[in-house]
Amino acid sequence: MIVLEPWETRRAWLDWASPLIAIALTLVGGGLMFWVLGQSPLEALRIFFIQPLTSVYGVSELLLKATPLILIGIGLSLGFRAGVWNIGAEGQLVMGGVTAGAVALALYEVESIWVIPAMMLAGIAGGMLWGAIPALLKTRFNTNEILSSLMLTYVAGLFLSLMVHGPLKDPDGYNFPESRLFHDAALMPTLFEQGRAHIGFVMALIIAPVAAFLLSRHVLGFQLRVQGVAPNAARFAGFSSKRLVWLSFLLGGALAGLAGMMEVSGSVGQLVPIISPGYGFTAIIVAFLGRLNPLGVVPAGLLMALSYMGGEAAQIELGLPNAVTGVFQGMLLFFLLSTAVISDYRIRWRARV
Amino acid sequence: MMDLGFLIPALQSIIIASTPLVFTALGEVVTERAGVLNLGVEGMMIMGAVVGFACVIAGFSPFTAFVFAALAGLGMALLFGIMTLLLYANAVATGLALTLFGLGLSALVGSQFVGLSAGAFPKVSIPVLSDLPVVGPLLFGHDALVYVSLALVVALIWFFKHTRAGLIVRAVGDDHDAAHAIGYNVIAIRMGAVLFGGAMAGLGGAYLSVVQTPLFIENMTAGRGWIALALVVFASWRPGRVLLGAYLFGGISIIQLHVQGFGIAIPSQILSMLPYLATIVVLTVISARAAQQGAPRSLGKTFKVTR
Amino acid sequence: MQVTKWMAAGVAALMSVSALAADPLKIGFVYVGPVSDGGWTYEHNVGRLAVEEAYGDKVETTFVESVSEGPDSERVITQLAQSHDMVFTTSFGFMNPTVKVAKRFPNVKFEHATGFKRADNVATYGSRFYEGRAVIGTVAGEMTKTNIIGYIASFPIPEVVRGINAAYLAAKQVNPDVKMKIVWVNTWFDPGKEGDAAKALIDQGADVLMQHTDSGAPMQIAEQQGIYAFGQASDMKTFGPNAQLTGIIDDWAPYYVQQVGKALDGTWSNTDTWGGFNTGMVALAPFGDAVPAELQARALEIRDNIANGNLHPFTGPINKQDGSPWLADGEVADDGTLLGMNFYVEGIDGSLPQ
Repeated sequence: MIVLEPWETRRAWLDWASPLIAIALTLVGGGLMFWVLGQSPLEALRIFFIQPLTSVYGVSELLLKATPLILIGIGLSLGFRAGVWNIGAEGQLVMGGVTAGAVALALYEVESIWVIPAMMLAGIAGGMLWGAIPALLKTRFNTNEILSSLMLTYVAGLFLSLMVHGPLKDPDGYNFPESRLFHDAALMPTLFEQGRAHIGFVMALIIAPVAAFLLSRHVLGFQLRVQGVAPNAARFAGFSSKRLVWLSFLLGGALAGLAGMMEVSGSVGQLVPIISPGYGFTAIIVAFLGRLNPLGVVPAGLLMALSYMGGEAAQIELGLPNAVTGVFQGMLLFFLLSTAVISDYRIRWRARV
Repeated sequence: MMDLGFLIPALQSIIIASTPLVFTALGEVVTERAGVLNLGVEGMMIMGAVVGFACVIAGFSPFTAFVFAALAGLGMALLFGIMTLLLYANAVATGLALTLFGLGLSALVGSQFVGLSAGAFPKVSIPVLSDLPVVGPLLFGHDALVYVSLALVVALIWFFKHTRAGLIVRAVGDDHDAAHAIGYNVIAIRMGAVLFGGAMAGLGGAYLSVVQTPLFIENMTAGRGWIALALVVFASWRPGRVLLGAYLFGGISIIQLHVQGFGIAIPSQILSMLPYLATIVVLTVISARAAQQGAPRSLGKTFKVTR
Repeated sequence: MQVTKWMAAGVAALMSVSALAADPLKIGFVYVGPVSDGGWTYEHNVGRLAVEEAYGDKVETTFVESVSEGPDSERVITQLAQSHDMVFTTSFGFMNPTVKVAKRFPNVKFEHATGFKRADNVATYGSRFYEGRAVIGTVAGEMTKTNIIGYIASFPIPEVVRGINAAYLAAKQVNPDVKMKIVWVNTWFDPGKEGDAAKALIDQGADVLMQHTDSGAPMQIAEQQGIYAFGQASDMKTFGPNAQLTGIIDDWAPYYVQQVGKALDGTWSNTDTWGGFNTGMVALAPFGDAVPAELQARALEIRDNIANGNLHPFTGPINKQDGSPWLADGEVADDGTLLGMNFYVEGIDGSLPQ
């Protein structure tokens, strides 16, 4: 029978080879699917993976879409390392967007370079506040955080709806559920002439190594890791598990809230009833695809963003339905996740004992 | 002036709205009790919904439709099981990928069902009993699947408490290394639990598309898989409490609609928040009292065969 | 002078003809939902297919479905603008992204549905669905025996509020005892929830249902419970063969064919179209057997009167919900107020978020 045995010494090249094998498998599997759908496999794959990257605009939009995924993915990977299950980053993102948007509207006529930092702080505060609720319930009343954080996501969406239908509605907007367009001072500075990529992506690139350092070198990171792997040992060592729950939720909420601020300020430029196409959930995949390593989250976020943009390109260029994107993404992820096995284990054939 | 005549039909609506959640959450309870966290519930549910509806449209009997829907959910679960149990892929990410995959595939298959409607699903009317006032319609006037879901609750309570197999499943979920040491085949037992979870999610999805609203449209599960996942946690992994949680959630969802119908002046967004908030509050009250939450201790931890 | 002008025009015409023969007009559509939703997006796609049918190989159409109204829409619109000559954005939430993108692509013609912001290359269009609501309100007021009409509403946007008011006023006119019960489901699309709302309304005594959500679920519930309902966006007869009294159909085909035609012959401009029965953008589904012939005739008469301008669904005297006067006797609502309507008329219970 086939058995999987851990490598006695890890083969570093396999860490690189396994994603390549996954991509090769995706090319074969995806190509087959496109062929079944009556498309030229090579052309379809080119449009999915290459086309979005062939223009400055495309690259810029890719960075824009990857930014919230990376930011949230970093925050989640810290918490998941400690075994704290924050499933509600989507809600924390939305609340961060609402608070940041409220600040932008309150400072509507103010033309100052401090508007953006103020919005960022507000977004971070909003996300932290929403993350603090499950943390409080968990540490004070032992309420499972999976349920509370997930349920609060729906509440946040309805709260945003209430706000844009009510107090934050554009007074000159014929009562449509949208805020005013933000003033230029409240829009994220962009990186390129084309597209909407903004300095948030650069911030994500800075935050990733900082978080990686925190996790691998700092005592807090050590505590987070021990808590996740061996909670009993963490208790004996005197780490406060409550503090780690708080830390995980506040960090995760802060980064999700910041991502929410960047969506309203950088991507949309106003408050609308929908400010995220599910980034908070997609970021959970990104966190694990990056193997809960903040540095790994960066390429994982870029890849997920690319797969969404490829789906749009496939609709425009090939007339494929949107549903194909989901199937193709699922396939890509299945291959990526299951080929990871070869970097951790050697596959051997052994006679039955 | 409130006429209370609406109460009994309202309670019936609550039962119908909650039944998909009951099936799906019960399946996930078994999966998680064996130590596996499958976040792909939404994807398995929607596949059950599309396959169930397709069977009805193709002219198969409702019974056959539900069997095939369960098989569709089971097939999705098999994919998940192979990846996570045999290839040690990360379960959380695989589950989410399964959701993306299922939503996409069901939309692809289901695009041909635009504007199609299936007939009403027959109710089981137990003669005499269902004519009784109040208790008649409430206890004896449902479709067969509601009774199946209730029977399943009882069966699972009994399974976990009183059967050897149930104890083994729990043992595998609580300490897979010990269970393995005693000689149980952890992988096979977990695979069985995962497949059961998939089949039940398939039934839950088919209940939506065959019984509750006999139509199929992409993404029609609209997040119910996530609610079912939350209900498993709410229930502290106990089948009886799944029923309580599902009826509580379904109940408040329906009641808030009724409150709106009475023209009470509260913005609908706030009323729509109530089911979510109530679930959090009730769980908080329960868990503040109970010392232990009852989560399977090996939940979400990959079991690796060493020898 | 005159001659050269004519010649120039002739050459230009020739060139545009040859350009047409070589290069089809490329038209992109941005949809908010999936084409298979059977409602809003489905009908826009029917309009797109009508354009292809009408102009054959002179046009080439593309669509992107399920585009979220948040951050993604600007990119999708831009990508279409890069390779297309004309772009239809078919949901209100696409308004600001459309205007933004249009600024960068001055040579591309944009058509935005249900918004109010225009530019040199952005036209807007919408339907006076409230005209249809006035007709079905009349039918509902006559058909109800319990005097309770149930209304399943999506989000409290002016479009939906307008529909509720128009239906209520029309029903009240033929049946002074009529009550309207309104349930907001906070979704455009969730068959389970829409069905639950339908049941809740029926349980509270409603025997005629109206909906401003997309799925056929409420119609199915009405059919199962033996009451009546009205189709929304599409003919929903398959969901309720006995239940459907009639329905309001979104027919975008005439408008789409007309605008693409104008783009082809060079007469397109940034018009603002808010069409009703008169333009064919709003149509009625065939009447169900339950509607008496006399009522059918009356409903059609109302439709015709609205179409030829003899009747406006919002004609005073009308008070607002709090009793304050809105329209004086004989006064007709102006389009600005209708466009931004965020209040109930007198007689409706419940509140809207302000």
